[in-house]
Amino acid sequence: MDRIIQQFFNVEIMIAAWPMLLDGLGVTLLLCLAVIPLGLAGGLLAALGSLARSRWVRLPTIFFVDFFRAVPPLVLLIFIYAGLPFAGLRISPFTAVVIGFFLNNSAYYGEIFRAGIQSVGFGQTEAARSTGLTATQTLAHVVLPQAVRNVLPDLLSNTIEVVKLTSLASVVSLGELLHAADMARSVTYNASPIVLAALVYLILLWPFVRLVSRFGRGLGA
Amino acid sequence: MTADVEAAQATPSLEVRGLHKSFGTVEVLKGVDLTVAHREMVFVLGPSGSGKSTMLRCCNRLEEPDSGLILLEGDPVTGKGVNLNAIRQRIGMVFQAFNLYPHLNARKNVTLALRKVRGMSRDEADARAMEALTRVGLADKSENHPSELSGGQQQRVAIARALALEPQVMLFDEPTSALDPELVGDVLAVMREVKAAGMTMLVVSHEMKFAREAADRVIFMDQGRIVEQGPPERIFGAPEHDRTRAFLSRVTGD
Ligand SMILES: Nc1ncnc2c1ncn2[C@@H]1O[C@H](COP(=O)(O)OP(=O)(O)OP(=O)(O)O)[C@@H](O)[C@H]1O
Ligand SMILES: [Mg+2]
Repeated sequence: MDRIIQQFFNVEIMIAAWPMLLDGLGVTLLLCLAVIPLGLAGGLLAALGSLARSRWVRLPTIFFVDFFRAVPPLVLLIFIYAGLPFAGLRISPFTAVVIGFFLNNSAYYGEIFRAGIQSVGFGQTEAARSTGLTATQTLAHVVLPQAVRNVLPDLLSNTIEVVKLTSLASVVSLGELLHAADMARSVTYNASPIVLAALVYLILLWPFVRLVSRFGRGLGA
Repeated sequence: MTADVEAAQATPSLEVRGLHKSFGTVEVLKGVDLTVAHREMVFVLGPSGSGKSTMLRCCNRLEEPDSGLILLEGDPVTGKGVNLNAIRQRIGMVFQAFNLYPHLNARKNVTLALRKVRGMSRDEADARAMEALTRVGLADKSENHPSELSGGQQQRVAIARALALEPQVMLFDEPTSALDPELVGDVLAVMREVKAAGMTMLVVSHEMKFAREAADRVIFMDQGRIVEQGPPERIFGAPEHDRTRAFLSRVTGD
């Protein structure tokens, strides 16, 4: 029992590792700040593209979405970071992660936005257009607000997933939370920093997980 | 009366000429000609599938006509160079399913187009919306969302939304068909008031009693064509065509 506490819940080591983890947390948050808005924007474009009337827009978009939903994000990440230099493109770990996440997130958020847009009856668009609103105004003021509301739990779930997935960035040596914790583990020969990192993820995400559950019950979503 | 005013009044408010529309291989409108004069309320009757909604929806091009000409106050609605969003503001439409925006309260349902299309300030748009909601008897519901309103109230908000843009013509597609019978009267009362205020109205509806007392003219459509038209007394009292007679005896149940 003592050994378990020593190895996993060593408070002294946790305190010692805390500054490193804090730096890592900063990188994780920065990463989230970059990839979540980018993913949402890309997802919105993907959704609009996959619903476009022109097949020249629609079919490539659907292929894009399917492709990046099928490719494991870890494979994508390693390909971008380790593969692209073979094509003469050298990029920083941060850039690689942002690109990889942008492609992956756009596909996932895109499917959610598409479902949301399709959940809004066409009568809404007709009513809006009959008053002289343009297609873009109709989208912005009538369709999207309802679409987003209808899929809010899914958007939130996916965002939680994205935050967790940022830990993948550790494999390309980006110093985010997990990477920092792992570094601390290797210098202390102790797993407590990893436990601490898990705790930080938990504290960060738990309120949102709760929120999604409440949506599930409260809004019948 | 000056010559200008007379000429303007001689131009029909809405004119439809040779309107054709097919869905796939099915020809739904087979050459519809129709004029609606200023301040006239024209009722359109006809069996299900006869093309009433399609004709109405062609008038503001929610449905794209295959051929034919539509003029609003002499201005083309159909054709290449038409500014559709500009012309649609001049044609109000009321739908069977109301189609209110569920995420906005009654007032904002009305102000959306005023703000975004007309570019009114918030205060201007709010004042105009309250005016329109007062007209339909719902000033006290301005802050309620559609889900908090009865069907009849929702439809009156929808009418206010169309009215607020001060259209030259209003199109009604079965405005009371989705309502519980006891709520129909309020909507018809509003339509009566709108007509009394001088609005030009083209109405698809099965409210025969209302048509009889309020319509200036009744049109009977069948299989994509106008079969006959005339004042309500004549259409209801002495229809000339067998198809009209058959339809009327079916819907009035005698
Ligand atoms: N978007 C569409 N695609 C294919 N067919 C359509 C479409 N809209 C209408 N139709 C067909 O066109 C015909 C005329 O429809 P329309 O809705 O104009 O009839 P209506 O006279 O309004 O009937 P109702 O009294 O039932 O409302 C029907 O056979 C209908 O099935
Ligand atoms: Mg119809």
